[in-house]
Formats: sequence, C-alpha cells, structure tokens
Amino acid sequence: MLALGQDEIAKYPFLADAGQYLKDKGFTLEQFGSDPDLKQLVDKAFERIRVAANGKIYKSDLIGDQVSKEAALPREVFSFLLAIVLLKLSGMHTLIKRFALAEARRAEKYLEKDLANISDESKKELAIRIIDDLFSIQVEKLDDYFVITVSDYLKHSINFHEREWKLINRHVENGQVFLTPHETVRLIRKELGTYINSKIINAKTPTMIPGFEDSVNKLVSLSKKFITFTVTTGEYPPCIKHAIEELEKGENLPHSGRFMLGAFLLSKGQSVEQIAPLFKNAPDYNERVTLYQLNHLAGTSGSGTQYICPSCEKLKTQDLCFAIPECDNIINPLQFGKKRK
Amino acid sequence: MQEADIKFLEDSFKKYYFEHFDLIRVPERTFEREFGYQKFNSGMTRHISIKDDKELHLLFMQNIPSDVYCSNAYYSFPNLPMNEKDWKEADLIFDIDAKDLNLSCRENHTVSICNECKQVSKISEHCLKCNSTKIEKKSLPCKNCIDSSKTEVSKLSEILIDDLAIDQENIHVYFSGNEGFHVYVHGSQFQQIGSRERSELADYIMFNGIIPETFGMKKFKPNRSSFPDFNEKGWRGRFSKQVFSSKSKRSKIISELLVNGYSSFQKTLDNVSENIGVKIDPNVTMDIHRIFRLPGSINSKSGLTKILCKNLTKFDPYSEASFLSDESVEVFANCPIEFSLKNKKFGPFINEKVTVPTFAAVYMVCKKLATIA
Repeated sequence: MLALGQDEIAKYPFLADAGQYLKDKGFTLEQFGSDPDLKQLVDKAFERIRVAANGKIYKSDLIGDQVSKEAALPREVFSFLLAIVLLKLSGMHTLIKRFALAEARRAEKYLEKDLANISDESKKELAIRIIDDLFSIQVEKLDDYFVITVSDYLKHSINFHEREWKLINRHVENGQVFLTPHETVRLIRKELGTYINSKIINAKTPTMIPGFEDSVNKLVSLSKKFITFTVTTGEYPPCIKHAIEELEKGENLPHSGRFMLGAFLLSKGQSVEQIAPLFKNAPDYNERVTLYQLNHLAGTSGSGTQYICPSCEKLKTQDLCFAIPECDNIINPLQFGKKRK
Repeated sequence: MQEADIKFLEDSFKKYYFEHFDLIRVPERTFEREFGYQKFNSGMTRHISIKDDKELHLLFMQNIPSDVYCSNAYYSFPNLPMNEKDWKEADLIFDIDAKDLNLSCRENHTVSICNECKQVSKISEHCLKCNSTKIEKKSLPCKNCIDSSKTEVSKLSEILIDDLAIDQENIHVYFSGNEGFHVYVHGSQFQQIGSRERSELADYIMFNGIIPETFGMKKFKPNRSSFPDFNEKGWRGRFSKQVFSSKSKRSKIISELLVNGYSSFQKTLDNVSENIGVKIDPNVTMDIHRIFRLPGSINSKSGLTKILCKNLTKFDPYSEASFLSDESVEVFANCPIEFSLKNKKFGPFINEKVTVPTFAAVYMVCKKLATIA
C-alpha cells in the first residue's frame, strides 16, 4: 500500500485503513455517537451521503481555505469513514453505489489536478502511482500528454458509450494512446467507483452505535426515493424488426444477425419452437440445424450457457444496427421501449 | 453432395494429406490449443486436444476430414467444454475475404445454384428455372479479387505496424484456401484482451464510428488549425493523404470543407471510409473462442490449401496453393465460368462430360459445379 501523507489521505480517504486511522488519532466510534463536538461529524457524514445520493459531488472543506487546513484535514477523513459506518448500518446498497460513484468523481478531481501539477513533481508521481497500484495501468508522461498502451486503454474505454471514446477517435501512435490529464482520470472513473464500492461492501458491519440511530433511519428512508419501476411498450427495436423482415423476404441474414434475433426473442420469453419458424425462408434453412442452434442459444443443449443479446455497440460493428431516435440512451436492444417511472 | 463425389474428394484429400505431412504441422504451444474438424456431409467435431505432429497426422488419416481447425486461443484444458477450458489468451486474427470487398468483377464470375432443382444460372436472387429463392452463390475468384484482397492485407499490416507497434516478424499472412487471406499476430500487447476490446480494435482498423471532431471539424465555430497535417501519423495522416491528395492542396480543401459544414463532413468521412478503412470481417477478430482453419489443411470450399504467403506481392494462389494430383478424371461439368489452376485454363463447361486433372475436378466438385461421371 502507498504511504500517504495527511494531505493525501484527505484527498483519497478510501486508500486509508479506517480502523488504523481512528486508532492513530486516538478515537473510538462510540465517542462520535456520544461527544456533542464529535457528533457534528456524524451529521457531516450524513450530509456527504445525501449529496452523493442526489448525484452531486460533496463540496470539500479543503478547497481554497488554506487557513483552516490543519483542522479540516482530519474532519474530512472522519466524515468519509463515518459515512461508511452509516452506510453499513443502514445496509442500503443503492446508497452505497451512489456514494461510491460520487466519491470516485471527487477523487477524480484531485487526481486530475495532481497529474497536471507541473510545479510539484511528487504530486504527479503519486497520482501516477495510484493509477498503477489500483488499476495496473502504467501511465507515462510524453510532452503535454499522458500515454498508455492501446490494450490498457481498450480495457477501460469499452465501458463508455460516447463515440469520442472509441479508439478510432483517439490519437494512437506506436501502440499507445495519447490522453490529457482529464481524460486519463476519466478513463478510470468507473473502476474507481467499483473499487470504493467493493471496499465498502467488504468492510465489517459494526453493531449499532448509540447516537447513530437517527442518521441511519434517515438513510433508510432516503434510499426509498431511489426505488424505480419500469414499464415496457413491447415494441421490437429496429434491428430486430429489420432481421425479421430480411428473413420474411427470404434474404440471407448473416449468422451474427440470426444469433442476435434468436438471443433477443429467447430473452423476451419466447420458446425455441415459437422462434424456429421465423428462419423457414432462409436460403439455407434446415430444421434440424435451426433447432440445434436455438437450443444451444437457450442453453438447453451444449454447454448450458444461456446466450444474451449482443450490445448495440457490437451490432453496429456487425452492420446490424438501424438506430432510430427511440434508441437513444440504450446500450442493448433488450432495453428498447423500457421506461422508468 | 452425392456419395461418389464425396468418395472422390475424400480420396483426393487423403492422398494430399499422406504426401504432404511436411505442410501440416501443429502450431506452437500445441497442448494449449483446441482442435476441431468436419467430415463431408457431417457436423463439426471440436474440443479436441492434440499432442504433436504425429497425433495430428493420425487425426487426418483416420477421419479424412473435409476441413480442420485449430484455436487461436490458448487454454489450460482445451478438450473440456467451453466454459471449463480456462481461457488464457488468444492471438489476434483477421479474415480478409474477396466477397466482402464489393468488387465489380464479382458478377462476372459468380453463379447461383438452386438448392432445389440444382440449376446453375448467372448471379440471380431466385432460380431462373423453378423460381425458388433457396439459392447458393458460388464464386470462382479472379485475379482482381486476389489483388484487391492483397491490397487490404497491406493496409492492415501498415496499421498494425505503425499505429499498434506490432513487429513485422510477428505478422503472418496465409492464403485462406478460397477467396482471401488470414492474418495472425503473435505475441502482441493484445494477447489477453477480450472480445469487446477486439471489437473496438476491429472498428479502429475498419475506420468505423469516426466523428468529424477527430479530424478537426467542430459543430460550432470550426477552425482551420485543428485539421490534420499532411505528415501526421495514424488515421489523421491517412485521412490527409486521401482527402488533400497533396500538401499544396491542403489549405484550399480545408476551406471547402469548412464552407460545406459539419453534416457534409460526415458524408465525406463515410466516402473516405470506403477507401481507407480495411475491410476485415469483424466477427472473426472479435471471436476469442474461434477454431480457425489449420494452416496446411485443405479448404473444402475449393480444394486449395491454406498456406503461408512468404512473399505476398508475388503470391499466386492458383499456382501455389493447389497441391492435388494431375491424374485425369471424368466429370459432368456445369461450370459456366473459365478458371485457371496450376497455369492451365479450364472451362467454360456447359453441361458436358469432360476429362480434367484431379486438381481441377476437385475445384469444380467443391464449388458444386461438377459431379463425378
């Protein structure tokens, strides 16, 4: 683990060993529930979660105000650690996820600042080391850019759906991708969120601490706000419609198209027997082969793996995507027509 | 396919396999590969592991397969079912096929064979005799098909070497045995990436999913300074060379592009993509569990062998990949297209009984344009 200074722990509190930190500072969790001065920090921790739950980034005391920095630093770390305790006590996974993501975005800001820091080499070094330690990405500085290998880039960029993150829209040279500090850090946001999330999930849940009950109850009712219902229109997405039309016309739909159609309809609850007749007009139709392949897709034969419909991105590559405006914001044909209420 | 035809193909293939063990070698790290094969008129047998050349040759002699395959992936347990194999890594593979290149020559040497009445007609979407739509298209690729495929291979190699830092000696180009080329990349930084990552890499190589901003064209207040320079590396450089054609025209063409605006630029990109994007089959590249035709084996779509191209420019598949015997055979041929093999011309044959060397007979029988007399 990295050796961190006070300043760094405040910026990247998820890197600290929580129990050790409290011990080093000479506090126990119980004191935070009983001591009126310390109890303020529990409220601060609740606030930190509330802000995160609403999709915002918690505003740090660290920014700007240099004078109070000495006092602000430990408060900053305590509020993070207490937030985790509150989250664990509430047991609300939706809040943990939101909190982890917001904390990742907060840390992202500091990482970006540290990477771009030209006056303090050590800050830049630390940011590079955090990225390497946590995500095994070796970042190198090259002129004004940060470069990483194409393979490392791809491992992370495939989680983005915006076109500017596609490799084709990147500066690629000599097996490396050139990134700004902002892009470098943005690339690992999701993993940073996952990292923080798993740290929280894996932390031990303490027994209820007197004085924490109110905040915990408030969290439980807060999480109810985020329960969602979805409704579907039941209409097929254009890629599926297109595939069905092609087959009806007796056109030779490529194997990838047949895979998509079969997997899609199976996920929608249709049976192999219901789907098979769709392929009747295919130029190379063979009932035995069709049933075999559909059963394979459904997982009722072969390895038992149930195949899922390919993502929109994959279908684009395969020339099977015929997107319409209603397709905006979906990443898999199965999501088409679903609305949150 | 009829019994007599199958017997003929099996005999011819067997003779080749027996005489050319030197060409059929197990790939490196044999233990970690999955092998598979097909027999004529039968399904695929896969999840096979093989120890060495000897065991591979035995598989050939015992089964007389129509096609043999080997994984580009490496597994701990290649003979177990897919989800128990324990996938370790996979070589990068690319498939370039003349049929995907939209070549104008295609219609001159492609025929439609009706699956119901077996009628052979010039390319058509339905049978000219019985009107059935169950049509199988067969092409006898010409020199232009092969040359155009070679151009795609060269474009691919350039991107692999310049953009992706792959050593030339780790790129191996094979004639697929039918209408194109298979390219393997060994030991690169991409060995361990998964299917989604490979799909992105395929898009990169194909010039898919590009946005105008990448080449300096912004939606609002575009300015000249962000357009690529003529000598830039990567896609920006290739784009410049294609669109500006010379350094001196760069400035004038940028002015035109700016006047025409953002959406027109998107169209320019689509047009350019047709020329500079490499036409690989993305499904092959993104498949990390594929079993890919084994070098040295015969492709049953043609009777030609998948072989390494040591000198791509000079390579001529119709003289270098045909290894079957010269022994004469009598066939009923309905092959309306002329073709040439081992520097001899054959056809066109219209519903006639002809005597041809085995290699030419196999070629036509594989293409379903002849049967044994």
